Amino acid sequence: MTQARTQPQDDPAKVAAFEARIAAGESIEPKDWMPERYRRQLIRMMSQHAHSEIVGMLPEGNWITRAPSLRRKISLIAKVQDEAGHGLYIYCGTETLGVDRAELVQQLLDGTAKYSSIFNYPTLSWADMGVIGWFVDGAAIVNQTVLAKASYGPYARAMIRICKEENFHKRQGYEIVAVLANGTPAQKAMIQDAVNRWWWPSLMMFGPSDADSPNTAELIRWKVKRRTNDELRQRFVNLTVPQAAAVNLTLPDPELRYDADTENWHFGPIDWDEFNQVIRGNGPCNRERLEARRRAHDEGAWVREAASAYAAKQRAKQASEAA
Amino acid sequence: MSDRPDATTPVGEQAAAIAPDGQWPVWEVFTQSAQGAPHEHAGSLHATDAEHALQNARDVYARRGEVISLWVVPSAAITASSPGDAGPFFDPGADKAYRHPQFYKVPRGVRGL
Repeated sequence: MTQARTQPQDDPAKVAAFEARIAAGESIEPKDWMPERYRRQLIRMMSQHAHSEIVGMLPEGNWITRAPSLRRKISLIAKVQDEAGHGLYIYCGTETLGVDRAELVQQLLDGTAKYSSIFNYPTLSWADMGVIGWFVDGAAIVNQTVLAKASYGPYARAMIRICKEENFHKRQGYEIVAVLANGTPAQKAMIQDAVNRWWWPSLMMFGPSDADSPNTAELIRWKVKRRTNDELRQRFVNLTVPQAAAVNLTLPDPELRYDADTENWHFGPIDWDEFNQVIRGNGPCNRERLEARRRAHDEGAWVREAASAYAAKQRAKQASEAA
Repeated sequence: MSDRPDATTPVGEQAAAIAPDGQWPVWEVFTQSAQGAPHEHAGSLHATDAEHALQNARDVYARRGEVISLWVVPSAAITASSPGDAGPFFDPGADKAYRHPQFYKVPRGVRGL
């Protein structure tokens, strides 16, 4: 078993000492020794997480110019700016593992990196802004609250910072939802339609079911993950069902019912074929998202070049003054 | 302009030299949350020079009025103790109980010590 989960160069005594530290609840810091596979798993998870923050700006950025009021517009701009910041926190955390941010960004632009499947769905109406804040950020908070206790220090600290900021995202989303749900019949229909479209993709955000998640056992033993995908998904459902009832919206699942024995809301089967299609690049917006990301990167090139040129000029000036 | 940092160049400017792969150098960001509080490490970022690093640090780590002061330090300028040597390195402080007030016996009933 040790053979399967560690690279050949890892010294078994070091691995044992590392696992003892994890078991004792210690936090692992960048300069500490760690198994190569722990490092690689973290780079994989953290970079996917960072990419998701960055790509996550696109579906909402789509509605900034069409926000229905100034109040809604400033909130949405602030939220999208936060997502950029969250991407940077996590990229900088990933760099502590010895990988270059430029390399990660290139993987995203090349289309070889993965990011959360949810951002490959289109935002068709203003109501989607409410539902994304409520469901998508709500699901992210459930996930990230647990990651804030991850064994890798820089990841955990980035998550604590992100969780503090993300509560605003969820509340602004729910406010939009509640207003529309209490609005005209047309507004109510619009928000119910958004709920119907986003519910199942939001449940898929937690990843494959535990039975099909080969990495989970190892990640839990190393305390990178503290809960399984299915546990987190169930927690999200339990939190969300009463929130939907409070604003008289229905969730599109005929099997949804409370189970008094387990104290959980039972929900119907997830369409994993759809999930796999979206992950493989065949979701409704995969191509559009990457094209938008590449365009933004190319169109921002002059800013990066100008900043470099300005810094070089300043250095030359200082050097000639010193001489 | 020379490619190599000059010995008289301040360390912040040395670290600001653009890496051969075109990446901007990494800066560590420290934030102070209130008057009298210590500056604490918040994270890092890439920037061309110290001024640029400060501006980016404000945008990334101080978006909600929770920061009253920022430090940016070139990551390359930081020397850290090594985790592998942490045992022997910190040993001298580990066995000196007499540096703690509990080490000293005080007659019963005496107050304010």
